[in-house]
Amino acid sequence: MLNLLSIITFTPAAAALILAVLGRDKDAAERRNAKVLALVATSATFLISLILLVDFDPANTGFQYVEERPWIMGLTYKLGVDGISVLFVMLTTFLMPITILACWHVEHRVKEYMIAFLLLETLMIGVFVALDLVLFYLFFEAGLIPMFLIIGIWGGKQRIYAAFKFFLYTFFGSVLMLVAMIAMFMDAGTTDIPTLMQHEFSAGPISLLGWQIAGGAQTLMFLAFFASFAVKMPMWPVHTWLPDAHVQAPTAGSVVLAAVLLKMGGYGFLRFSLPMFPVASDLLAPLVLWMSAIAIVYASLVALVQEDMKKLVAYSSVAHMGFVTMGIFAANQQGLDGAIFQMISHGFISGALFLAVGVIYDRMHTREIEAFGGLVNRMPVYAAVFMLFTMANVGLPGTSGFVGEFLTFMAVFQVNTWVAVVAATGVVFSAGYALWLYRRVVFGQMVKESLKGIADMDAREKLMFAPLIAMTLLLGVYPSLVTDLIGPSTEALVTHYNAALGIEAASAPVTHAAAPAAAPSH
Amino acid sequence: MNSVDLSIALPEVLLSLWAMVALMAGAYFGKDGLARTLTWATIAVFLLLAVMIGVLEPQTRSAFGGLFVDDPFARFAKVAILLAGAAVLVIGVDYLERAGMMKFEYPILVALATVGMMVMVSAADLLTLYMGLELQSLALYVLAAFRRDSLKATEAGLKYFVLGALASGLLLYGASLVYGYAGTTRFEGILSTIHEGHMSVGLLMGLAFMLAGLAFKVSSVPFHMWTPDVYEGAPTPVTAFFATAPKVAAMALLARLLHDGFGTAPGDWGQILAFLAGASMVVGAVGALSQRNLKRLMAYSSISHMGFALLGLTAGTQAGVQATLVYMAIYVAMSVGVFAFVLTMRRDGRPVAQIDDLNMLSASQPVQAYVLAILMFSLAGVPPMLGFWAKFTVLAAAIGAGWVVLAVIGVIASVIGAFYYLRVVYLIFFGSEATPLDRDGAPAQRWMAIGAAAVTLLGMINLFGVEGAAAIAAQALVP
Repeated sequence: MLNLLSIITFTPAAAALILAVLGRDKDAAERRNAKVLALVATSATFLISLILLVDFDPANTGFQYVEERPWIMGLTYKLGVDGISVLFVMLTTFLMPITILACWHVEHRVKEYMIAFLLLETLMIGVFVALDLVLFYLFFEAGLIPMFLIIGIWGGKQRIYAAFKFFLYTFFGSVLMLVAMIAMFMDAGTTDIPTLMQHEFSAGPISLLGWQIAGGAQTLMFLAFFASFAVKMPMWPVHTWLPDAHVQAPTAGSVVLAAVLLKMGGYGFLRFSLPMFPVASDLLAPLVLWMSAIAIVYASLVALVQEDMKKLVAYSSVAHMGFVTMGIFAANQQGLDGAIFQMISHGFISGALFLAVGVIYDRMHTREIEAFGGLVNRMPVYAAVFMLFTMANVGLPGTSGFVGEFLTFMAVFQVNTWVAVVAATGVVFSAGYALWLYRRVVFGQMVKESLKGIADMDAREKLMFAPLIAMTLLLGVYPSLVTDLIGPSTEALVTHYNAALGIEAASAPVTHAAAPAAAPSH
Repeated sequence: MNSVDLSIALPEVLLSLWAMVALMAGAYFGKDGLARTLTWATIAVFLLLAVMIGVLEPQTRSAFGGLFVDDPFARFAKVAILLAGAAVLVIGVDYLERAGMMKFEYPILVALATVGMMVMVSAADLLTLYMGLELQSLALYVLAAFRRDSLKATEAGLKYFVLGALASGLLLYGASLVYGYAGTTRFEGILSTIHEGHMSVGLLMGLAFMLAGLAFKVSSVPFHMWTPDVYEGAPTPVTAFFATAPKVAAMALLARLLHDGFGTAPGDWGQILAFLAGASMVVGAVGALSQRNLKRLMAYSSISHMGFALLGLTAGTQAGVQATLVYMAIYVAMSVGVFAFVLTMRRDGRPVAQIDDLNMLSASQPVQAYVLAILMFSLAGVPPMLGFWAKFTVLAAAIGAGWVVLAVIGVIASVIGAFYYLRVVYLIFFGSEATPLDRDGAPAQRWMAIGAAAVTLLGMINLFGVEGAAAIAAQALVP
């Protein structure tokens, strides 16, 4: 199919439009219809995206399913996927029906809620398939609008603060990226991402306001992109918006935020920072690696003392995203594979953990850890599910959480042993907070009166978790499913990255003619 | 002067004649019963003239011995001015009638101001420039004080008049200096006295004074103080007019003067413009933070937006002029939408304009709530709305010309600005419960707001061809 990516991207938006025009929000039946329509649309999107996965050729490291049309201001409407982005598209389409299921009991302004999620899906997929800088920016930024409204309208008590913080933090990061994008546009004369990946941006040192900047324009552009992606990831120390946003967002909003929106940062590093600014990436990699290590340890420690379950899971997300940045900036094959794997796996696990918190929140209307205890007595199925994802979150072998952590550790060990050592202590802490949370919530005697009548998961909730359980275990025991798909693309990226560095390193003392010989062979 | 001259200035002549005819009709038939008819007729005249100008072949013609020029640049600005004027007249009718201000002078004053603006953008000589500017300003002074029995409106009119007269004085003084040092008032003559990219100090002084006068007209910092008070005090339809057409005219005039008169010395005026642009973007954004009145908010918002538009001119390139034109066109569309909405805001039949009045608008008027939200996000510059493309094009022009630091200042200001636009959205969707606004009446305003929101949203597909027209216009000005 020629326009497969456009179809996948805009199917949810089309459903949103239908809902906006024809949908009603007056009684229960109409609200139910809105939910059913959203569920059908997201499921259909997932089914269509399966074609993409089946037809995808992993051996081809270029972009596939490319669509290109001229657009305004010298830009192009260009879509395409490669091994790096295809799984993010799949992750998004896979999770959205589950997200819709998760808000089945929402009765407040349902029509708008569904429209917001459908639009959000379009924008999220768009981020991963856009092959034009400005098109990417458009999807990246526009996603703030539905998320702002989701947190603001359907969120908790402090939702206004959280919504503003979320919007302004991310907006601030992104506008700097916009400036860098325009500078790239002016420098290379195009906004076409595949072309820009081959374009060598000047890396000669420049002086700005009396400061000598090594890596020159590349460093400045890298930092501008970094501002955006680091906030989005989020990396320590700009992570503070995430716990607020997570705690205040409704369950479904948290799921989308943790499972997909955070991945945009990591995807951005892989798509832009490494291939387009290799010199600057190499220059600043130690900084990023240490920031990642700090994030892993610090966020894990902070998670240990949280009283609110969602906040705890949010901090655990920050720690897990630390593994991702660590893997990416190790910049070798294992690192990139591990980072992508970790992001996909974290999508399932953190999504499931937020759903798990949502399940008991729906029943008790509190997320305080103190309010629970002994749930295993009345909710055995829930206890089992929660156990699985707790273990996956800790990184138990056999679950997908293990593979990503292991690969990124292996990668960073080759590059910077001390970072690996520090980050490894974070794993211990993560076992600490996750298991302690589990013990306090699920085990022990059921002493609280209010919990005595709590019911186990119903069919809808089991249906929500089933695919996530399946994926977590499947990827845990058979990680090649992912690595085979992304391997060639990440290998090409590593080769490109090293070649760019090799040429740069060689060009300083000798001429370009010697460069191919100096480039490391892979 | 011959018939060819007149045919080149035909749109201006026709509009002046229409104003005369309308004035005679109004005077002859006495009372204001004719006001509504005259307003709609004026709207029709505006639209006809816009079409008439729009279909002309792109070519440059000069009239009245070189005093007056008609080129694609002027035409672009004139079409924008006429369409903005027509839109503002449409959304004002209902409001003025309810407020008992529907006087037949209203459309006539708007028409006369529009003639002034059209002359401004066609000026090829300092005298034409001044004449057009004064014709526009005198009509606007009267419009600002149009509600005679309101203390605030009178104050706004007086303030606008005094400060406007000061600005005109500065402009005239600058023009006299330029004349003294260049020996001519013709733009091309001034241009020929500039050698190797540098102008004489006297010429630079003259230009600085003229820029100060024009900065007042586009309400750019540090000549912006009048804007919030006049926006708040003037009747809302008049505010809507102030916010749109005169801004386009002044900005176009600025571009014309700088490029036709001083185009070979962009290094000399680039820094002045850079300061005006940077200061406007920041002060507009910061100043709006504490505003509680929607009209004052829009005043600060317009200051900030004018800063961005000036960013395009600062670049001093063809791309920069094109960017500024696109910016102004988009800015007008968004402003018309917001003011159309403000004109619908009533509680128990009385017009209100506080931001708090918007509390939970989404519960009582969902469609208008989303319309306003789209416009606010667009003003904040969030993609995919047109406001983003406006910012994108001026930033691209500025960065292309090497003004990277200024561009960074601009985007940071836009983040600060995002806060107050978001506050409006937050009140609409998740504010506290309040007495809802009136839901009936004002169909023209409502549809205009919906149309503006649709334009800002659908514009991402191809910008409605504005980009191409602006490119032709910029080409005419900066070869």
